[in-house]
Amino acid sequence: MSFTLKQPSVLPGFSLALGFTLFYFSLIVLIPLSGLFVKTSALTWDQFWNVITDPRAVASYRLTFGASLVGALINGVFGSIIAWVLVRYHFPGRSVVDALVDLPFALPTAVAGITLAAIYSPNGWIGQYLEPLGIKVAFTPLGVLVALTFIGLPFVVRTVQPVLQDLDREVEEAATTLGANRWQTFWAVVVPELWPALLTGIAMAFARAVGEYGSVIFIAGNMPMKSEITPLLIMTKLEQYDYAGATALGVVMLVVSFVLALIINLLQWWSSARHMNQ
Amino acid sequence: MSLFSSTTTADKSLQWKDSITTESALVRRLLIGAASLYLTLFLLIPLTAIFAEALKHGLAAYLSSFADDDALAAIRLTLLVAAIAVPLNALFGVAAAWAIAKFDFIGKQVLISLIDIPLAVSPVISGLIYVMLFGAQGWLGPWLAEHDIKIIFALPGIVLATIFVTVPFVARELIPLMQAQGREEEEAALTLGASGWQMFTRVTLPNIKWSLLYGVILCNARAMGEFGAVSVVSGHIRGLTNTMPLHVEILYNEYNAVAAFAVASLLTLLAIVTLIAKTVIERKSASHDRRKI
Repeated sequence: MSFTLKQPSVLPGFSLALGFTLFYFSLIVLIPLSGLFVKTSALTWDQFWNVITDPRAVASYRLTFGASLVGALINGVFGSIIAWVLVRYHFPGRSVVDALVDLPFALPTAVAGITLAAIYSPNGWIGQYLEPLGIKVAFTPLGVLVALTFIGLPFVVRTVQPVLQDLDREVEEAATTLGANRWQTFWAVVVPELWPALLTGIAMAFARAVGEYGSVIFIAGNMPMKSEITPLLIMTKLEQYDYAGATALGVVMLVVSFVLALIINLLQWWSSARHMNQ
Repeated sequence: MSLFSSTTTADKSLQWKDSITTESALVRRLLIGAASLYLTLFLLIPLTAIFAEALKHGLAAYLSSFADDDALAAIRLTLLVAAIAVPLNALFGVAAAWAIAKFDFIGKQVLISLIDIPLAVSPVISGLIYVMLFGAQGWLGPWLAEHDIKIIFALPGIVLATIFVTVPFVARELIPLMQAQGREEEEAALTLGASGWQMFTRVTLPNIKWSLLYGVILCNARAMGEFGAVSVVSGHIRGLTNTMPLHVEILYNEYNAVAAFAVASLLTLLAIVTLIAKTVIERKSASHDRRKI
């Protein structure tokens, strides 16, 4: 194959379309983003290291990544159940439930934030029943978990659902005919097919939760070292005109986001390669 | 053909009840119960709570929340920002999808992955990068100050941050659809003597209109609802640089819950309209194997 930048085509508009795409995207996204990396070079390595390993920063990573992981895993379990119910069972209101699953995508994060804070506050709809049990949600790390679980809800459902839909039921029939009980069929036939999609969904929910800001800050209480997430710490540093500190933490978050995006891409590739082979 | 692969939905539901490939009635009920409980807890209760809180002191109190000048200014600003950001991102989405879906070139996969970057980045970082660029301490800060141009803590900054956060939405809807559609129809139009513009408006546009519309609706919902990124660049000047989500925050922090939830209820209606549009448009283009938002 000869090396060409572009395969020949009779369709018009390639240079214009690609030119505009690259120009616009560089201007809006690529140049400002790389600016952040260049800006950190104003810090010496020691200064950078001190900022990102400061106890308050480390406590914020622990909360951000810990709550994101637990939230993503909760969504892994319940997201799979919801996807299963939506694909396999018929019940009244199924299409409404299906549409509603995307609510955390569509609802502005600030709205989600004040609503969750109101519901889980000690006199809120749910908080009032948890209070006598000694469970405090609002203004504690548990509140952060609730918010991050909320915003991650659609991801697992939306990655597992299409795979489940395309699953060939005849394979399950075959397994049953060969003497497997329902549980064995599920674990040996269905689950192996779902793994890639499920992991992709969990990774996406985790990635989304790590960067989340709006829905968390209202319910978190935002106590340094206890219930302060990393994006909020960046915000605080900005408000104190600590631009170097904000940039350093921003770069850490950015690197984490890129690594997660890479992992998700690999998982998706695995998932679709799996699909092709069938 | 197997006994179990009949096609009508009525048959399907019947068939699944008795099928050997389904669970016992008890397991089915448990699973449906678990799903319902989770969705009630995380979706239904919050959704109801927004309107209940907004209407806590009656309809009059609800409506009077919008009679406030700052609330109206916030609504106006949000509409203005969306009116600038959404058409630009729609134009970008169509251009990017045209180049990516209809042509083969080196680096195409890289470009597809790059377009998703804004979705991976924390909203706070999306705002931060513009502060580092245009803020008083930023690269262009001194020059901008000299020429008396305000970007951060002003409309341009809010628009930029909003554009950044919503860049991928139209492109993401169009790329898989246009890739699946291929280029035969456009090639046929050209062969029959259509000009490039005629081909685009009479062949391409009608083919993508539903996905384009959904992309625009989704982009708009995210543009109007963006909080974190806008919060970093806005400076929270009441009546001037406060968008609706920021106004919600201010009202909430002032313990004015009814007014906060009243403004929030407008944003919630926007989200509900977006979800309905998604369902309707997905049905219209049901034949396409499309990526979810």
